[in-house]
Amino acid sequence: MGRQGAGVAADQGLGGEKPAAGGGGFDQAIARDQRIEPADEMPDGYRRTMVRQIAQHAHSEIIGMQPEGEWITRAPTLRRKAILLAKVQDEAGHGLYLYSAAETLGADRGDLTRRLIDGKQKYSSIFNYPTRSFADVGVIGWLVDGAAICNQVPLCRSSYGPYARAMIRICKEESFHQRQGYELLMTMMHGTPRQREMVQDAVDRWWWPSLMMFGPPDAQSPNTAQSMAWKIKRHTNDELRQRFVDMTVPQAAALGVTLPDPALRWNEERGHHDFGQPDWDELKRVISGDGPMNRRRLDRRRRADEDGAWVRSAAAAHAVRTSRAAGPGTGGLDGEA
Amino acid sequence: MERHEWPLFEVFVRAKRGLNHVHVGSLRAADHEMALHHARDLYTRRNEGVSIWVVRSDAVAASDPLAKDAMFEPSQDKVYRHPTHYAIPDSVPHI
Repeated sequence: MGRQGAGVAADQGLGGEKPAAGGGGFDQAIARDQRIEPADEMPDGYRRTMVRQIAQHAHSEIIGMQPEGEWITRAPTLRRKAILLAKVQDEAGHGLYLYSAAETLGADRGDLTRRLIDGKQKYSSIFNYPTRSFADVGVIGWLVDGAAICNQVPLCRSSYGPYARAMIRICKEESFHQRQGYELLMTMMHGTPRQREMVQDAVDRWWWPSLMMFGPPDAQSPNTAQSMAWKIKRHTNDELRQRFVDMTVPQAAALGVTLPDPALRWNEERGHHDFGQPDWDELKRVISGDGPMNRRRLDRRRRADEDGAWVRSAAAAHAVRTSRAAGPGTGGLDGEA
Repeated sequence: MERHEWPLFEVFVRAKRGLNHVHVGSLRAADHEMALHHARDLYTRRNEGVSIWVVRSDAVAASDPLAKDAMFEPSQDKVYRHPTHYAIPDSVPHI
């Protein structure tokens, strides 16, 4: 038997894929573009990097429920409320897929939650900005989820198997998130002048933070080279940012909003848009805990964890009692559809 | 504060009648009943399944990836197990 970390044996044995890198074949597996699976040998640095990246990603999904979740009770129609509920539930689901993936590397889910709450692990800077109007819900779907899709589609080919598989599932669902946001904005743009103002105001506030989601410029991103060599990342931050800008410009035109960047223009020679740089000092401040909403987001997460503690322990105690009463071998596989 | 961690379960979903249950991922739950409910919410939000199995992860035995050569090599040199190993003239029908 291999290592028996949580989920390791199960994922390895039931994934239906041949282990790529047994017997020190990690470099060879990476060179051949094969996936690394949980029980494979891997360098400590690779394992640490994967746990950190997957945990940060999971935390982002969980914290990401808050900015939009605040609007569920204030959605203007039952249809918009149902859509928003489904979207926020998806974010919870994405977080859970990712915590599962982190656990295949020997990380402990409770420990990861503790690190998030204690501020020892980070989450995406974008969720530290406030949602001021219902137009923000639309702009988050369009720009924030759009940027997330740009980031995540290449991660479906990330070298770590469980992460790549989680990303495939996430990307499928993320497409609904972006489209519902864009449709919401189209509806508002066909509304009153005040509604159009709200959309433009939200775009003005979210554009630069969305560009920051791709991380610092390549020249200031010390981990990129190693992550590319390990095929965890497939494109650099600046490549993905460029792709996002090129995709978004025609969408903004179709919507009838202005992206708040005077330097934004088509460059015939490059075949791409030129655009201005976000305020990278702001990104540093927000990442290090000094954004507009950092404290609120973590307080809320801590409160949810503390408020749920009695439920978790009660459920665990109930499970112990009922399993004692029922004896071993309960449950079967007869429940067919 | 003490944390009460629930055990890990592996989740298998049958996408539709006629197909096998396929491993889709894992989750944490206090017991089998809760694991089934969580699996429904987590892995079948968009009609992905008609039936779910959950299995405690620590109940799964797995082959050792470091021993995969010894485990799987014996099947590699038995070409006679494959139909293409046998030369039959083209003129012979239905075989």
